[in-house]
Amino acid sequence: MNLRTPVKEARGLGSAKGGTHHWLMQRVSAIALLLLVLWFAFSIAINAGGGYEAARAWIASPITAGAVILLLAAAFYHAQLGLQVVLEDYVGNKAVQLAAVIAVKFLAVILALTGILAVLSIAFGG
Amino acid sequence: MPTDNRPLSPHLQIYRPQWTSGLSICHRLAGVVNTIGSLLVIYWLVSLASGPAAFERAQAILGSWPGLFVLFFFSLALFYHLCNGVRHLFWDAGKGFELDTAWRSGQAAVAGAVGLTVIVWIVALTTGGGG
Ligand code: HEM
Repeated sequence: MNLRTPVKEARGLGSAKGGTHHWLMQRVSAIALLLLVLWFAFSIAINAGGGYEAARAWIASPITAGAVILLLAAAFYHAQLGLQVVLEDYVGNKAVQLAAVIAVKFLAVILALTGILAVLSIAFGG
Repeated sequence: MPTDNRPLSPHLQIYRPQWTSGLSICHRLAGVVNTIGSLLVIYWLVSLASGPAAFERAQAILGSWPGLFVLFFFSLALFYHLCNGVRHLFWDAGKGFELDTAWRSGQAAVAGAVGLTVIVWIVALTTGGGG
C-alpha cells in the first residue's frame, strides 16, 4: 500500500527548472543564421567557381572573413543545441544519451574552430 | 488523483500524419542534414587554406555529378529549414497557430525553400560557380 500523497508522488517530476536559456539561445542563433546563411549561400554561389586565387581573395577580405567566422560560430552553436534536443528525444538509455550529447558538443567546438582557423590562416596568410 | 480528460501529447503510433506534422518532422530532418552539410563547408575552407592542389581536388569532388547532387539537397534542406525556422519564430511570438494559417504558412515555407534553391543554383551556374 502506498501511503504517500499524490503531491508527494508528483514532486520532483515536474519542470526541470531550466531549459529557458537553451530555448532562447536556439532562437537567438536562429535569427543570426537567418541573415548569415542567406548571405553565405548566395555569396558562395557567386564566388566558388572563380578558381583558387579568386576564392582566397574573397575569403581573405575582412568583411567576408568576419562574416564567415560569425556564421561558423553561430551554425555550430545552433546545431549543437538542436542535436542535443534530438538526442534527448530519441536516445532512451541515459548513459548513451549523455555520452552522445557530450560527443556532439565536443565535435561542434572542434569543427567550428577548424573552420575558423582555416579562414584566419587564409586572411593572414597573404 | 484525476488522470482522465487531460490533454496529451500526440502519440506517434496512433497519430494521423498530416501536412503540418510532415513539415514539422522535415524541419528536424533538415536540421540534421544541415549539420552534416556544414562539414562540406569546413572541408571546402580547409582545402582552400591548404593550397592549390587540395583546393582543386575539393572543387573536383564537389563539382562532380554526385557532388552537385549532394550540394543540391543540402541547399534545399538549408532553405527549407530557414523558411520553416521563420514559421517557428512566429509561433514562438504566439502568432500563426490557427489551423488554416499554419497550413498556408507551411505551403509558403515549401514554396520559399524551392524558390530560393532554384534561384541560388541559377546564380551559381550562371556565374561559373556551382561547386
Ligand atoms: C538558416 C537559418 C536557420 C533558422 C532560421 C533556424 C531555425 C531553427 C529553429 C527555430 C529551431 C527550433 C525548432 C524547434 O524548436 O523544434 C531549429 C532547430 C534546429 N536547427 Fe536550425 N535554423 C537555421 C539554421 C540551421 C543550421 C545552419 C543548422 C546546422 C548547422 C541547423 C540545425 C538545427 C538543428 C539540428 C535543430 C534541431 C531540430 C529539432 O529539434 O527538431 N539550423 N532551427
